[in-house]
Amino acid sequence: MSELKVIHEKAECLYGNYDRKGELQHQTHYCPGCGHGVAHKLLAEVIDELGIRDRVILVSPVGCSVFAYYYFDVGNVQVAHGRAPAVATALKRSHPESIVITYQGDGDLAAIGSAEIMHAANRSECYTALFVNNAIYGMTGGQCAPTSLLGDKTTTTPFGRTTANDGYPLKVSELLSALDGPVFIERGGLGNAKQILQTKRAIKRALETQMKGLGFSLVEMLSPCPTIWKMDPVDAQRHVREVLAPIYPIGNKLDRTKDRAPRAAAPPPPPLSELPRILKLPVAPTDAPVELVKPDSEYRIKIAGFGGQGVLLLGQLIAEAGMDDGLDVSWLPSYGPEMRSGTSNCHVRLSTKHVDSPLVSRPNVLIALNEPSLRKFIATVDTGGLVLYNGDSIPTDCIRTDITMQALPFASIADELGSPKVANIVVLGAFLAATNALPLAVVDRAMARVVKGEKWLEIDRRAMARGIAEMQSTEVKVHV
Amino acid sequence: MPKQLIKGNEALMKGAILAGCRGFYGYPITPANEITEAAAYYLPQVGGTFLQAESEVAAINMVYGASSAGVRCMTASSGPGISLMAEGISYLAGSELPCVIADITRGGPGLGNIAPEQSDYFQVVKGGGHGCYRTLVLAPACAQEMADLTYLAFDLADQYRTPAVILADGFIGQMMEPVEFTLAARAPRLPEWAVDGTASTRRNLISSIYLQPDDLEKHIRMLEAKYARMAHNETRWENYKTDDAEIVFVGYGISSRILKSVVEMMRARDIRAGLLRPITLFPFPSDELRRLAGQAERFFVVELSTGQMVEDVRLAVEGRCPVEFYGRCGGNAPSAEEIFEEVFAHV
Ligand SMILES: Cc1ncc(C[n+]2csc(CCOP(=O)(O)OP(=O)(O)O)c2C)c(N)n1
Ligand code: SF4
Repeated sequence: MSELKVIHEKAECLYGNYDRKGELQHQTHYCPGCGHGVAHKLLAEVIDELGIRDRVILVSPVGCSVFAYYYFDVGNVQVAHGRAPAVATALKRSHPESIVITYQGDGDLAAIGSAEIMHAANRSECYTALFVNNAIYGMTGGQCAPTSLLGDKTTTTPFGRTTANDGYPLKVSELLSALDGPVFIERGGLGNAKQILQTKRAIKRALETQMKGLGFSLVEMLSPCPTIWKMDPVDAQRHVREVLAPIYPIGNKLDRTKDRAPRAAAPPPPPLSELPRILKLPVAPTDAPVELVKPDSEYRIKIAGFGGQGVLLLGQLIAEAGMDDGLDVSWLPSYGPEMRSGTSNCHVRLSTKHVDSPLVSRPNVLIALNEPSLRKFIATVDTGGLVLYNGDSIPTDCIRTDITMQALPFASIADELGSPKVANIVVLGAFLAATNALPLAVVDRAMARVVKGEKWLEIDRRAMARGIAEMQSTEVKVHV
Repeated sequence: MPKQLIKGNEALMKGAILAGCRGFYGYPITPANEITEAAAYYLPQVGGTFLQAESEVAAINMVYGASSAGVRCMTASSGPGISLMAEGISYLAGSELPCVIADITRGGPGLGNIAPEQSDYFQVVKGGGHGCYRTLVLAPACAQEMADLTYLAFDLADQYRTPAVILADGFIGQMMEPVEFTLAARAPRLPEWAVDGTASTRRNLISSIYLQPDDLEKHIRMLEAKYARMAHNETRWENYKTDDAEIVFVGYGISSRILKSVVEMMRARDIRAGLLRPITLFPFPSDELRRLAGQAERFFVVELSTGQMVEDVRLAVEGRCPVEFYGRCGGNAPSAEEIFEEVFAHV
C-alpha cells in the first residue's frame, strides 16, 4: 500500500494548479484509470528524485498526451504527430546539458513517426523516449494502432485485426534493440503496483543513461485505456497484465550502459574574429592593383564539350581572372543528368559594364570541345564572333563566313604535353591569344589560386603557354 | 573588401553563418546540395550543428527543435523536399518559431527534373501547409543577394518570429558570381522565449495548439496583424528604368536578370521599357505595381512556370491596364531575344 501512496503525492515538478488548462484546473484531462496519468506521475517522481527539473525539456506529442505541458513544470515543446524524435534530436544537440524527454503514444511513435524513432535510436541521440503503448488510438476515438492485437475490434478494424489486412502487432522495443545505436531499452507495464514500480525503475535508469551522456534510451509502457477498451479501470489493468503482456513481454531488452563511453563534449566555438578565415573569405591581394580604366568589352562565352573535358573549370578560370581584372563576371553551369549522360556546358560573361543576364543565348565566343557541341551551338554565335573548335578542321557544313573560326587539335596537344586533362588549359591559352581578353599575369594568378597542387600548376602553365603559341602561329586575332 | 567568385548556394550558406546560423538540418536534393555540403563543412568548425536527416519531414522538425532551443537554424531543399516540409512549416509558423528555409527550385510536378524552374511560387508564397499563415519570402537574383538576403532573412525571421524562405531557382543557386562579404559576423543569441533546459526558461512553452475556438481565433488574428506589419515594413523591390516606362516587365530571380537584357534591347530601339523586380514575394510589392499601373500601358510578366506570380500582379493591378504573361518551364529559360519577340507578337 505504501507504494500506492507515493503515486498519490504530487511531485514537485508537476504544477500545483494546472493554469494552462482552460477549465477544471485541479485535475488532469485524462480519463479515470488511464495509463497516461500514472506514467506522468512516475516521470514526475523520477525527475524530482534525480533533481533535474530545471534541466528538463519535455517534448509532448499528438495523442491523448498532447497536453503533457499542462502538468509538467519544466521546459515544454509541443510538436507534430510522430516527430518528437526529430525535435528532440535538435533540442539535445543544441543544448547538450539539458535533459530531453519525449513522450509518445503508439500511433505517434510506432506508426506515423516510425522513421524518426528508428533513426534517432540508430544515431543514439542522447535523449530519453517514453513510449506509452495502449495498443489503440485514444485521441482520435479508437482506431487500429500498429500495436493493436490480432483480432482486436477497433473502429477501423470492425471485424477484428487480421494479419492479411493489417499485418502483425509491432514490437517496438525488440525492433529498436536490434540496432547498434541504442544504449538502454526496457518494456514495463502499468498493470499493477509491481509492474508500475519496475517501470519507474526503468525510467530512472533511462534518464541516468542520458545524464551520463551515454546515448539513446527508451522505456515502453503497456498502458490501460479503459475508455476505448470499454472496460472499468480494474479490468483494463488486468487486460494489460493478462492480454498485452504475453504478446509484449515485459523486461529489459537492451542494456549497453556498461559498454558505452560518454560522448566527448564539443570544443568551445572559435571567436567570431576567426570566422572570415574559417569561411575562407578572400583577403586583399598583396600584389599589384588591377588596371581600372579599360576600353569597353563584352564577352559572352559558351563552352561546351563532353563531361571530363574540363569545360566547367575552363569557364571558371576565365571568370576568376575576369573578376580579378576588375570586370563584372558570371559563370553558369549545366548541371545534373546532362553531366552524367556525358555532355557539359557553361555560360561565362565578362563585361566592363554590369552583367545583366548570366545566360548566354547569343555567344560572341563559342568554345566547342567536340563536334556535337559545335553543331548544337554554331547557329547561335553572334556575327563577328569567334569559334574555337577542338579538332583538325571545321566540318565543312558548319563553316560560317561571318565569324572567325579556328580548329586546333587541343586534345592531341594535351597528349603531347603528357596529360590529356590539360586540353582545356591549352584552349584557355588559345582564347587569350586570339582575343587579348585578359592580361596573362592576371590569368596566371587566378590559375594559381584555383588549381590545387604545384605539380598540376606547372603542367597547366606549360599548357597555357602552348595554347598561346599555337594560336599565335595561326595569326587569328579578334576583338569582340 | 575583395570579391570571391562563388556559387550562389555556397554564398547563401556563408551569409547564413555570418548571420549567426549554428544549426543546419537537411536532406540531399539537387540543385540545393551545395548549401547542405557547405553547412556540413563549415558548421562544425564554428561550433554549430550539421545533421543529415532521414527525410525532409525529419529535417524540418529538427529545425523546429533547434529553433525552440533558441538557435538560429535553417534547412535547404527543392520542390519535392519542400512539399514534405509543408506540415512542419505550418507548425513553425503556428508556434512562431524563426528559421530560414532555402528552396532552390527545380522542375516539377512529381519528380519532374533537376533543371531550374520558378514553379514553387504557389507552394512557398501562398503557404503550402495548412492553416492561416504566411512566411516571409525573399527572392535573390544574384549570388551577392544569396548571401545578403539570407543574412537579412535571419534578422527578419527573429524580429517577426516567423519562418523565412529564400526562394531561388536552380540558376541562381548553381551559378558563380563575384560576392563581397561585408556582413559582420553575428554572435549566436538566445531569445527570451526559447526552451534551453535551464531554470530561467523553465516556464517557457513552444506550442501551436489552442483548443478553444476563441483562443485559436485570437492567436490567428495576432498572426494576421503580424503579417500586416510585415507587409507595411518589409516589402522590398527594385525599380529598373521604370521612371518613364510604358512597358513594365515584372520578374524575380533569374527571370529578372533576363528581363534586364530585354529592357536594354528595347531601350536601344527607343522603346520605353522598365522592370519591376519583387525582392520580397511575401510581402508582395502590390502598392508599387498599382502605382506603376497609373503610368504604364501594359505589364509583361515572365516566369519559369506556366504562370504563378502573374496572379498576384493581376490582383495588384486590378484591371487598370493589361497584364500579359510569358513563361517557359521544364528547365528551359527564355532567351532575351525570345521575350523581345514575344512582347510584340500580340500587339
Ligand atoms: C498528420 C496527422 N495525422 C493525423 C492526426 C490525427 N491524430 C491525432 S492523435 C492520433 C493517434 C494518437 O494515437 P496514439 O499515438 O496511440 O496516442 P493515444 O491517444 O492513444 O495516447 C492521430 C491519428 C494528426 N494530428 N496529425
Ligand atoms: S482515451 Fe484512453 S488514452 Fe486517452 S485519456 Fe482516455 S483512457 Fe487515456
